[in-house]
Amino acid sequence: MNVIVCVKQIPDPALPGALDSSSNTLKRDGKLILDESDSYGVEMALQLVTAAGGGEVSLVSMAPNGEVSGLRTALAMGAAKAVLVSDPALKGSDALTTAKVLAAAVQRLGGADLIIGATESSDGYTGTVPEQIAEILGLPSVTFAKKVTIDGSTMHIERQTEQGYDEVTSPLPALISVTAGVVEPRYPSFKGIMAAKSKPLETVTVADLGITPVGWDGAGQTIVNVSQAEARKAGEVIEDDGETFTKVVSYLETLKLI
Amino acid sequence: MTISTIWVFAQAQDGAPTTGTLELLTKARSFGGTVSAFFLGDAAPVAAALGAAGAAKVYSTGDLAGQLPGPAGAAAIKALIDGGDAPDLFLFPQNYEGRDTVARLSVQLDRTVLTNNTDIAIDGDAVTVTTPIFGGNTLVTTQFAGSAPYLATFRPKSFAAEEGAAAAGELVTAAIPEHGATGAARITAVHVEESSGPKLDEARVVVSGGRGLGDAGAYSMIETLAKLLKAAPGASRAIVDAGWVPYSYQVGQTGKVVKPEVYIAAGISGATQHMVGMKGSKHIIAINKDKEAPIFSIADLGIVGDVHKVLPKLIEALQAR
Repeated sequence: MNVIVCVKQIPDPALPGALDSSSNTLKRDGKLILDESDSYGVEMALQLVTAAGGGEVSLVSMAPNGEVSGLRTALAMGAAKAVLVSDPALKGSDALTTAKVLAAAVQRLGGADLIIGATESSDGYTGTVPEQIAEILGLPSVTFAKKVTIDGSTMHIERQTEQGYDEVTSPLPALISVTAGVVEPRYPSFKGIMAAKSKPLETVTVADLGITPVGWDGAGQTIVNVSQAEARKAGEVIEDDGETFTKVVSYLETLKLI
Repeated sequence: MTISTIWVFAQAQDGAPTTGTLELLTKARSFGGTVSAFFLGDAAPVAAALGAAGAAKVYSTGDLAGQLPGPAGAAAIKALIDGGDAPDLFLFPQNYEGRDTVARLSVQLDRTVLTNNTDIAIDGDAVTVTTPIFGGNTLVTTQFAGSAPYLATFRPKSFAAEEGAAAAGELVTAAIPEHGATGAARITAVHVEESSGPKLDEARVVVSGGRGLGDAGAYSMIETLAKLLKAAPGASRAIVDAGWVPYSYQVGQTGKVVKPEVYIAAGISGATQHMVGMKGSKHIIAINKDKEAPIFSIADLGIVGDVHKVLPKLIEALQAR
């Protein structure tokens, strides 16, 4: 069974985010890492391929620059190969364009039995890209999958819902988006990291994929203003001396909640 | 082109329109055009209520018979639009059904979709939406380019649900056309995780726990405190991912958005993803060991201390009352 995972390389979320003042888009020109949300999809793909007894995991990704360190992390976890669509023309792409680009990259790899994405990225979090890719490729999809098993050409999924979860079955090929915490992503081993350096990583441009227009030209939107929200002010902050619970009690009393 | 027809993706729970649906209908009404509701499922039981909230037409797909919402919803909407009945603007809730449907629809119509919004304005031909980023500290206003229909999703509680001028609520069938492989997945069983006490997104008081609790067993302190305050228990994403509590407890960007009278955050540092879901609370009390924790920057009362020391005393004091 072959699985393709859509992964995103994002600025380190531990660092404060910033907007590029000329374009008002998220600054993504520094060092990029594998979005933690995608590590669950990579892990699930590896486990499903192992359970199926054969096949491989491939990666597709898109970036306005040629950054590959996040992809190398996923290759070090055990993915076999990757396609990165890297093109300055991609800057400013909206979610729909992103989906078109990734769908074309999936097709370049010859498709797969299963395509996996995250429910949303940690930096842009539009949360629509996986479902859009499925529509472009004409595939069924199950979003918010929290448990997945494959039985021949049928997939059984537990899909998280607002009230609990649904049991869903879908034929393959299909696409799923997986929630964080579904599996425990493995840490790349030293051997894996060394092996990742020589795994095939193809960098292609938008022209190679035959897609137009992209980036700002293709986006159905224009950013017209960026402003600071009215900040919530910090109140009283006190160190606990064993008696601060009385402060909480009197605060709740003032609000007539007790 | 002016925006004269606005559709709202409507949902129901327990036989009534959801609060989120009423919020979107209220906002849609305020623009003065014709408002209609699209309902995924059999809308007959809620058509009157949606009409009372301002929907001139209520498009009903009928029972989904196990189909997933995204492909079925998008196919039905596309068929309406192809038939000449099209909105200029379509408002969706930022939740599972809304997101999956609008994503599929955006591809079929080849239109962008702007997500995670908290506000919308119409000025002549210009439709702009506002999205908070960086944990809500920065607001980005984006204008739709190209031609309608414009597609946008909104976070819960972005608008107040108010009563207003009723409309006909005329029930219109929106058949789901055959849509091939995309519709091949089927729901075979539905599981509801029962929770007692007030609902997280409706409670006057919310008590949430995070990683600072140390282990899953310590979450019982949150439940005890919540019970004493007639509050709903909540959680940060970290402990939901760790499997301590079900996803339905999660407060934040990917969970529930809450705006209670009082929000008590115990052992929660205040990651962006969490703050987005609770910073609209009227009053915030935070208890955390790390005095540098971001949660203190928005708390009205901050206690720098160990939740294992503060919470038992607080619980004891409340029990003694």
